[in-house]
Amino acid sequence: MPAPHPPLRLAVALDAPHLPPRHDAAHHTALARLAERGTLDFVTLDDRFDGAGPDALAVLARIAPATERIGLVPTVTTTHTEPFHVSTAVATLDWVSRGRAGWTVAASTGEAAAALVGRPRVPAAASTGSAPAPAAEVWSEAGEVADVVGRLWDSWEDDAEVRDRATGRFVDRAKLHHVDFTGRTFAVRGPSIVPRPPQGRPVTVVDATGATGGPDGVDGADGARVEAGREPDGARWEVAAARADVALVRAEDPQTAGTARAALHARARALGRAPGRLLVLASLPVELHSPADAAGLADLLGDWFAQGAADGFHLRPADPGRDLTRFVETTVPLLRERGLFRRSYEGTTLREHLGLPRPASMYALAREAAR
Amino acid sequence: MSPQPRPHKQIHLAAHFPGVNNTTVWADPRSGSQIDFSSFVHLARTAERGLFDFFFLAEGLRLREHQGRIHDLDVLGRPESLTLLNALAAVTERLGLAGTVSATFNEPYELARRFASLDHLSGGRAAWNVVTTSDAFTGENFRRGGYLDRADRYTRAAEFLATARELWDSRPVDEPPRRVDHQGRHFTVRGEFGVARSPQGHPVVIQAGDSPEGREFAASAADVVFTRHGGLAAGRDFYADVKGRLPAYGRRPADLKIMPGVTFVLGDTLAEAQEQAAEIRRQQVSPQTALVALEQVWGVDLSSYDPDGPLPDIDPDPDGELARGRVRIADPQAVADRWRALSRAKGLSIRETVIETTGRQSFIGTPQSVAREMADFVRGDAADGFILVPHLTPGGLDSFVARVVPLLQERGAYRTEYTGTTLRSHLGLPDPARPVGKD
Repeated sequence: MPAPHPPLRLAVALDAPHLPPRHDAAHHTALARLAERGTLDFVTLDDRFDGAGPDALAVLARIAPATERIGLVPTVTTTHTEPFHVSTAVATLDWVSRGRAGWTVAASTGEAAAALVGRPRVPAAASTGSAPAPAAEVWSEAGEVADVVGRLWDSWEDDAEVRDRATGRFVDRAKLHHVDFTGRTFAVRGPSIVPRPPQGRPVTVVDATGATGGPDGVDGADGARVEAGREPDGARWEVAAARADVALVRAEDPQTAGTARAALHARARALGRAPGRLLVLASLPVELHSPADAAGLADLLGDWFAQGAADGFHLRPADPGRDLTRFVETTVPLLRERGLFRRSYEGTTLREHLGLPRPASMYALAREAAR
Repeated sequence: MSPQPRPHKQIHLAAHFPGVNNTTVWADPRSGSQIDFSSFVHLARTAERGLFDFFFLAEGLRLREHQGRIHDLDVLGRPESLTLLNALAAVTERLGLAGTVSATFNEPYELARRFASLDHLSGGRAAWNVVTTSDAFTGENFRRGGYLDRADRYTRAAEFLATARELWDSRPVDEPPRRVDHQGRHFTVRGEFGVARSPQGHPVVIQAGDSPEGREFAASAADVVFTRHGGLAAGRDFYADVKGRLPAYGRRPADLKIMPGVTFVLGDTLAEAQEQAAEIRRQQVSPQTALVALEQVWGVDLSSYDPDGPLPDIDPDPDGELARGRVRIADPQAVADRWRALSRAKGLSIRETVIETTGRQSFIGTPQSVAREMADFVRGDAADGFILVPHLTPGGLDSFVARVVPLLQERGAYRTEYTGTTLRSHLGLPDPARPVGKD
């Protein structure tokens, strides 16, 4: 029997951070279809609470009916939003895409985002100068949000809906659960209003390192720097190890990426997780000016993969229209020829593409165990 | 040649996706999924085939509870409105897409951004039904929790909407973006709005409250009112009252559309329709549902009573609170007295009494009679149109679109094609005033 999924995972970012934001559906739909033609695992669309352009989750929901197989992973911020809404929005993306949703967990450390809600609960540190960096606080909270979001997805067991005409019961309420989650900054009673989504739990992605080197106080500049020989840490990293199905690692060479992957797996194991359930993708910026560049990229990806740097790659094109076309037309066929990448989709859900099992509801498991 | 009749006042129609209450019948073999995307696609495409103005989604943020347990007799489970509507934008072309989103558990900035996004991604078809939520029960699902008193609900909603419009207006069409600097009683919003001006400028705003404060809010700020006044006389009074409040805000009667939520039953003959309507009422009020309805009035456990037997002799407990996540009954004793009197007079059982006293369908008849009644209702200034609430998912509007819409068109009371691309154009609403640049 061949492996149920191909070894190499590939994802691509549809953003063009250096170009003006696009508000139209057609632009994003064309890119997602192109990625789907290349049988990629998923596309990502970045966002910030104070971002320019339309809401990323909205864009990918708009794309969902216009695509069939490609995974759809918007960035969703957790700092100034309601965890309940985050949970129901991502669950609904999974319903409208019939099991192709994920989300990239993000936190807002910037003052610009806080000012838009008039509630500068984050930069308390700025006034005292001595308090811990806000990034640690908001990422710790983001971890709690990811936790409760998963519980809300589980709060309807898969077979909660019974439609029993004899008793007049639409649901078996023993299979609906209050989550009663109390975090440090919020509490959620539950259950969700959305029935358990097709994947059970949509795929949770965490950019484990983030972009580094930006100015302070700007979202996305709070990354954990990954360096060979030094153990990364920080709240963002911890969220990746504890909560992510897919962690993205920004690294400039395969050794660094491989070190980060091993460190994430070790931390996940220490947290009681099976490391095989945490895929680590190296997140790489790409610029493909020619078909030769695209062929060179196939060599590079194959080389990194052979060295155990990552389970796959998340590519961040400088110009998605140009670079994604070259990638699908040249790089992907070369990876297929080398037996590294699928020729067609075998499954229909994002979890199936990634070779991740569909998790049982934690409440169903608890009920089984209590029997 | 006879003189040309005055052109018929045009009817506006909207499709309400069946809700999570006992109006929606799930025990019927034709009842489909309340959550699969295909159900939403079916109803939206049916509505678009019928040239409806918009598709409407309600919102629920907490599953209802009865006696401390989740109410399990009605359909429950639904999607998050805005995500679902963005997906529907991909499978429809002209239909307006209206979502109910509470102003209580969101920030003006985030909803301004989400609705502007929907308006862009749908090419100008977004609508927002602004509601407020005052109960701490629902608040338990949210960071911000809590209770707002009635007066605060509307001042907060009004400032919420005004702030969203400031954000939308901060992105004029042909000028650079402006910084927003809003400091009000409820909200402080400072910064730049990142979404370019959307096709409609402002998404259409729907309001659903019925109180004097709600009517005033609608007259000052809404484009559509979703009312419960399905009867002709009450509809006329409501219509005149709300339209009469418009001039104080410099608005014309046509600037605010009044659309009651209504139900309908069609038959080949009136008798057949009436029989069908009675059967639907029996499906909507199962024996278990009848007892729960009774318990909501009495405030005590009545599960030992026979739904096919007489009403209880005991009086309601005025302090009993069995149901949460529902509107409270103001005077339970009066309701109980009325129900018992009716039951005695007509010899009705518990279930029959509940059927008799709750939710009869608004329009029952042949396609011809329903089309005539609807046209008369609108021509008689009891409404500008209707939000149709089908009792079946997803096929509940199929027969209406196939059989009633052509008759409305024959009467000249309903469009025969979409003439515009935006929801504002379908509703005949003015473009929001172009924002004036600050100097």
